[in-house]
Amino acid sequence: MSPEAQSPWEAVIGLEVHAQLLTKSKMFCGCRADYLGLPPNTNTCPVCLGLPGALPVINAEGIRLTLRTALALNCEIPEFTKFDRKNYFYPDLPKGYQISQYDLPLSLNGGLEFEADGKAVRGGITRVHLEEDTGTLHHAGEIQNSAFSLVDLNRAGVPLMEIVGEPDLRSPAEARAYLVALRQLLIYIGVNDGNMEEGSLRCDANISLRPAGADALGVKVEIKNMNSFRSVLRALEYETVRQREVLDSGGTLSQETRGWSELEQRTVSQRSKEEAQEYRYFPEPDLPPLLISRAQVEAVRAGLPELPAARRGRFQSQYGLADEQALLLTARPADSQYFEEVVSRGVTPQLAANWQLGDLQGLCNAANQEVEKCRISPKALAELLQMVQSQEVTGKVAKEVLARAFETGASPAEMIRDQGLGQVSDVDEIGALVDRVLVDKAKAASDFQAGNDRALDSLVGAVMAMSKGRAKAEIVNRLFRERLPRPGG
Amino acid sequence: MTLLEEPIRELSRRLRAGEVSAVELTQEALARADQVDAALGAFLRLTPALALEAAAAADRRLRDDSGEAPILCGIPVAYKDVLCTKGVETTAGSQILRGFVPPYSATVVDRLTALGVVPLGKLNCDEFAMGSSNENSAYQVTRNPWDPERVAGGSSGGSAVAVAARLACATLGSDTGGSIRLPASFTGVVGVKPTYGRVSRYGLIAFASSLDQIGPLAKTVEDAALVLTAIAGQDPRDSTSVMAPVEGFLGELRKGVKGLRLGIPREYLEVGLDPGVRAVFERSVKTLEGTGAVIKEVSLPTTEYALSAYYVIAPAEVSSNLARMDGVRFGPGFPEAETLRDAYEHSRHDGFGAEVRRRVTLGTYALSSGYYDAYYLNAQKVRTLVAQDFDRAFAEVDAIISPTAPTAAFRLGERTADPMAMYATDILTLPANLAGISGVSVPAGFAQGLPVGLQVLGPYLGEATCLRVAQSLESEVELWNKLPPLALAAP
Repeated sequence: MSPEAQSPWEAVIGLEVHAQLLTKSKMFCGCRADYLGLPPNTNTCPVCLGLPGALPVINAEGIRLTLRTALALNCEIPEFTKFDRKNYFYPDLPKGYQISQYDLPLSLNGGLEFEADGKAVRGGITRVHLEEDTGTLHHAGEIQNSAFSLVDLNRAGVPLMEIVGEPDLRSPAEARAYLVALRQLLIYIGVNDGNMEEGSLRCDANISLRPAGADALGVKVEIKNMNSFRSVLRALEYETVRQREVLDSGGTLSQETRGWSELEQRTVSQRSKEEAQEYRYFPEPDLPPLLISRAQVEAVRAGLPELPAARRGRFQSQYGLADEQALLLTARPADSQYFEEVVSRGVTPQLAANWQLGDLQGLCNAANQEVEKCRISPKALAELLQMVQSQEVTGKVAKEVLARAFETGASPAEMIRDQGLGQVSDVDEIGALVDRVLVDKAKAASDFQAGNDRALDSLVGAVMAMSKGRAKAEIVNRLFRERLPRPGG
Repeated sequence: MTLLEEPIRELSRRLRAGEVSAVELTQEALARADQVDAALGAFLRLTPALALEAAAAADRRLRDDSGEAPILCGIPVAYKDVLCTKGVETTAGSQILRGFVPPYSATVVDRLTALGVVPLGKLNCDEFAMGSSNENSAYQVTRNPWDPERVAGGSSGGSAVAVAARLACATLGSDTGGSIRLPASFTGVVGVKPTYGRVSRYGLIAFASSLDQIGPLAKTVEDAALVLTAIAGQDPRDSTSVMAPVEGFLGELRKGVKGLRLGIPREYLEVGLDPGVRAVFERSVKTLEGTGAVIKEVSLPTTEYALSAYYVIAPAEVSSNLARMDGVRFGPGFPEAETLRDAYEHSRHDGFGAEVRRRVTLGTYALSSGYYDAYYLNAQKVRTLVAQDFDRAFAEVDAIISPTAPTAAFRLGERTADPMAMYATDILTLPANLAGISGVSVPAGFAQGLPVGLQVLGPYLGEATCLRVAQSLESEVELWNKLPPLALAAP
């Protein structure tokens, strides 16, 4: 049986991602872009309230961050771009139109390379354009039966970048991996905080099914209201099954918009094609078109940081790390920065990687903390690991000290020095302990001399116990062997 | 005789010399408004407290600055009600904005306030500046002081009448298709429509954003030039305002027109000109020629399509600009509504007048998918051709002259039943808005006792030339100090 016969339908998925930009001010006025936690309608001015007579002014940083994203996604940047008005009525849209981009976006024709199931995939990017966010509505109870709704315009006018993906994704898992990679990229280049729960990163999906191997596209359904990676995966899985069941039973699908219900774990029809909005786009007359100079594009390109895939490769080649470790240490820019700072302080990359991903990450996970925000600074970890490297402290003691320092914020190196936790390599000091053990464990000593190697472990263990793990094992071993010569040895 | 008959320069001299105080001048202006305006309806609301407070501050400044106070310090002005004034109700002549008190002022208002002008109040206009007669105001009709049975012209009718009847020394209006020049012509005052971008639109309640421009109306060309100088110049809050030096409006005013090439567009004389208007225009041409101007015929072949293009582009922008008036923040709202759509429909139907609804509907249609290319896109192409017409003409002449309107002021109600006839009133003024160029209307004479204006169009940023031509005519015809009968009605 051919694979096609096993699975006659192929999913075709494209994602539309909205990302709020990390600018200081809103896209077209001077109000703060960071609106979270402010009392309703306090982060507003005549422009973002849409008061009659107020006019928008373009935030240059918003343009720069969008260009940055476009270049990181290998998009083309046309020399001429403009803003348009997207007209529709809704209470969270104070002007009755959204300033957006229609036929001449800031950038187009790019792509995102990522891995899904260990396989390299390229998701095409149709366009990246810039628009303004809407306000938010607070309903008294459920929207359907609420007595009133309150409008909060603190968010209105926050710069919002729309990244439209090509329908290149072939499974819900692939769509999820694309979104994970895109989010990672946006955080890397510092344009978005990646917070899907708070809605600073939002995702809509288009999905259709077609006979496997066919070129023509099936009937497309748009899914909205997915606010986590998990809900993107679940919604697309649900929708794949739903569409397959309709098609298998000989039914036909209709083009529509469906919402993902987190509560019911299913998609619900919201709007059919016939009810599709008429947006009456036309050029925004209050803003002149923009000419994007090649010099400006090159300046933004030159300012791009190392991107995740490149950094992962470099971590393998430069530091000799295994693929898995390189992947984990480049998951977030903060992880990479932490690692590289530890290494820059003279710690061997492998040791730094083992400790950051092992003990430190374990402590962070238990405390639900991010590594860059925990009480162990890269400097503190480096000092501790240098003592481990130079055998001034044993690994066992270092782990205990790290755990305590994680709680208290004290310097691990100082703790070791102040509390005398350093490894003992003084031959006389260790010799005194060895001599006492030879008295206490005469039987083991003679067993060793008689040829029982394991008896030595017990002798060494006793010295280590007496020194609370600080005695240098090599010296202890050497002293026992010197004091207990074997015949012919 | 009222002090308000004096040109600004003379009035300013008297204020500096202490012959009269700004407070006295303001009291006289407020008293005149009470006595004269009842029959005219120029003001929607007076702001006596604000005016007297500003006048007192102006008096202190005039005294303390020992002659260095700005020339506009203490001068009574008034604003068309489409200009936002902080703390003062601003309705744009519409029911839907009744009670709207802006928390900010338009840039032009801020600029004049900083110079110490005295704001008398807000002036009537067609609803959202849509109209040519002031009959579309939701609140009142403004009558023509030369004949109260005739219209003042629109949409800045209140602004024109306040100057014509000597209720204010100068006013601000807005011109989207002729809304400053037309009422200026109908009431016998000077009106300037500056180059698009010359004056900041920040705080101007938008009619059609790509066509709107704020400008002054005044008794004399020099007064208009003084106010224009004060309000012009780039504004960081209006991205469409242009970075261009604001000088020369006054310096070149009295250079005369000797050797200046003035073009008469053949097509502008073929629009069914009233014989009286034609006669005034022909006399003006002779007068200017007599003072040394070189008269040439030019052609603006796209003129016949300009009106149609205008009535696609302007309504398209209106349909979007007025979307914010949706009953949520502005308008009475409609609590009985079953659905959101129902609430929008009722609020907007009840809040807007018939002409506004007509244009919103036209514009919505023109922008709808399937119609966009046929209407909006084609209209934009015509717009480009209109601009190219002017470019070609200005390669041959320094300024273009024509009547401001095909007729003098028409009777109240005469055109309200026929929108097309009303729209045609603007046929000679709106091409300048499509092209974004500068224009002035200056009193040129009378036809059957009604004022008739001469329109002077200049190239992009060509205000200085327009004003210079207008000044030449003003100096020759000496009409500026002729008062309309209703301005004399005051005791």
